Amino acid sequence: MSILDQPSSSSLSGGGGMTRRQAWGLVGLLAAAIVAWLVFAVWPAWLNAILISKKAFVSAILNGLTLAGLYFLVASGFTLIFGLMRNINLAHGSLYLLGAYIGYEVTSRTGYWLLGVAAGFAVLAIIGVIMQVFVFRRLEGDDLRQTLVTIGISIVAADLMLAVWAGGTYQIATPEWLDGALTLPVITAVRSNGASVFLTYPLYRVVVLAAAIVIGVGLWLMLNRTRVGMMIRAGVDDRAMLSASGVNVHAVFAIVFAVGAGLAGFAGVVGGSALSVAPGEDVRYLLASLVVVIVGGMGSITGAAIGALLIGLAEQIGLVYFPTYGVVLTFVIMVVTLAVRPQGIMGKAR
Amino acid sequence: MSLTTVADGAVPQQNWLDKIGAGHVILAVALVLYPLVASDFFLTQIAGYSMIFGVLALSLMLLAGYGGMLSLAQITVAGIAAYAVAILGSNNSNVLGFGWPWWIVVPFAVAAAAVSSALIGWISVRTEGIYTLMITLAIATATFYFAQQNYAIFNGHSGYAGIHAPVFWGIDWRDPKPFYYLCLGLAALSYAAVLYGSRSTFGMTLQAIRDNPRRMRALGYHVTAHKVFAWFLAGILAGLAGVLLVWFNGRVSPGTIGVDVAIDILIIAVIGGLRHPIGPFVGAIVVILMQTFAIDIVGAERFNTLIGLVFLAIVFISPDGILGLWGRIKPHLAQGSLRAGP
Repeated sequence: MSILDQPSSSSLSGGGGMTRRQAWGLVGLLAAAIVAWLVFAVWPAWLNAILISKKAFVSAILNGLTLAGLYFLVASGFTLIFGLMRNINLAHGSLYLLGAYIGYEVTSRTGYWLLGVAAGFAVLAIIGVIMQVFVFRRLEGDDLRQTLVTIGISIVAADLMLAVWAGGTYQIATPEWLDGALTLPVITAVRSNGASVFLTYPLYRVVVLAAAIVIGVGLWLMLNRTRVGMMIRAGVDDRAMLSASGVNVHAVFAIVFAVGAGLAGFAGVVGGSALSVAPGEDVRYLLASLVVVIVGGMGSITGAAIGALLIGLAEQIGLVYFPTYGVVLTFVIMVVTLAVRPQGIMGKAR
Repeated sequence: MSLTTVADGAVPQQNWLDKIGAGHVILAVALVLYPLVASDFFLTQIAGYSMIFGVLALSLMLLAGYGGMLSLAQITVAGIAAYAVAILGSNNSNVLGFGWPWWIVVPFAVAAAAVSSALIGWISVRTEGIYTLMITLAIATATFYFAQQNYAIFNGHSGYAGIHAPVFWGIDWRDPKPFYYLCLGLAALSYAAVLYGSRSTFGMTLQAIRDNPRRMRALGYHVTAHKVFAWFLAGILAGLAGVLLVWFNGRVSPGTIGVDVAIDILIIAVIGGLRHPIGPFVGAIVVILMQTFAIDIVGAERFNTLIGLVFLAIVFISPDGILGLWGRIKPHLAQGSLRAGP
């Protein structure tokens, strides 16, 4: 594509002698410079007047990044499952919430937070395999019924979770070594005596973001560098062909479902520690995954990352600058994406 | 489709009974006489409510059954009409409430619903099949959160209360019997309209588009326009149901248009069956009856588990819902009676 594009674009831009890629690179560099200046420079008064305060702005961006990390964890499982099985798992939010509850139980009983995280992942991975083997395998090739079944499962699951854990709000206790705040090298203001005020940010949220990045890179490596990943990618492109070439497709499906559901459970514990666990969170994270995946493109991990970044940042920035219309911003992003690129930013046209 | 069995003009001298169908006549007579035997509770809480949700599910059936577009945004569309009634008419929440008379409010509310439905449709028909469900779910959820957070238009969490059904011709239409007949009238009209529409040129074209959009495009039909128009028509039905819903409840809040309700509508339509316009009404009656009386069996708290399991069972056993079950049992019954007959 790009090789074919280059001659025409360079002839169009004429005198500058710049290719389209170079032009975009320049734009990207400029944008990065502006963002870097916004984050690290001491703001002049007029900018503070427009954007409330530097502290609010940088906090919104950091919160947005953390939230994006959480959304990515939830949505990557969702998008993997869809990409391979054409199965819109509308019970994905329930998996998130169940993971959070399990994480809460394990953490509060044993006192080890990491054990809770591991339990959230492991239990949900097993549940994912069970769902795939006993439910979806029976309805293979019937997208609509599979989706309807996931709706039924999510209703029953939400009700049963309400029965067990009631309507209260839980908070998963984070261990001491994750508490506290991190002082970032970002100057929010300069006091009258000349001392700089540095921004502090909860350490736990930084860890969430780091975990999301590590898992994202791990998923990418798994998909692009391992044999299983190769099979998964082949299955996304052509399921019938993969099956015809002698691969046990059902085993691949089960692995993907285990990873997808496990990630939802993992995100549940991690998110439940950062925010809170309560009924209704399942719908919130289902909506988030839906929008992230619609924007990013179905079946693409990179797309899920881009979508999560956009939605997470939009949500938090919206929360600070136009509180009651924050949801609309998310929605506008979705509609614009659908209007310009119906298959999503990284999605392939089918 | 089974609907094509009645071909217009094939038998020029049909009498009116054949044309309408004996079953419809019996059903109509039974429904008109129903208030004679039913208590007020059964008139409004069961029958009236079922019909309102039947019409809502019918609007979904129109889209899903004839257009192949599964929508979760029908309650959102109905909610827009309901909020329009609250905002343009009068309410006692001291927010907005222009106090327009009902005969201006209702057309405006229904028009607003139909236009927003067409907009939702226009957004979602850019993608196909199962994506529609996702996008409409995202729209429904986003609208719910927006209504909850926005105080200027939607009055936030509490919504609007104190909305009254109109009083004219000396009748308070919120009284059980008039309200029942109002619902019955709307249900019968929508049912007849959908049945008639499905046999019209537009209905046939829509079904052809559902079956093979590429071929229809190649034949020169404007596929998107047909789909969006179907959304517009479904919006009218959902809007009318929304008006009745807000008159029935007397209030509207974000809870009215919540995701659980949106899923309930889908459940009603799927349990009833998406193949024939009567399906949504059957589904609505079954679900409303369960909703009302399951409390005695499993307790109010675990109702959702019950309905979820019934829904799962229906999806697993009979993809065409109760109508599909009936269609499968009927031949056996007919054979049984043949054997028993002589």
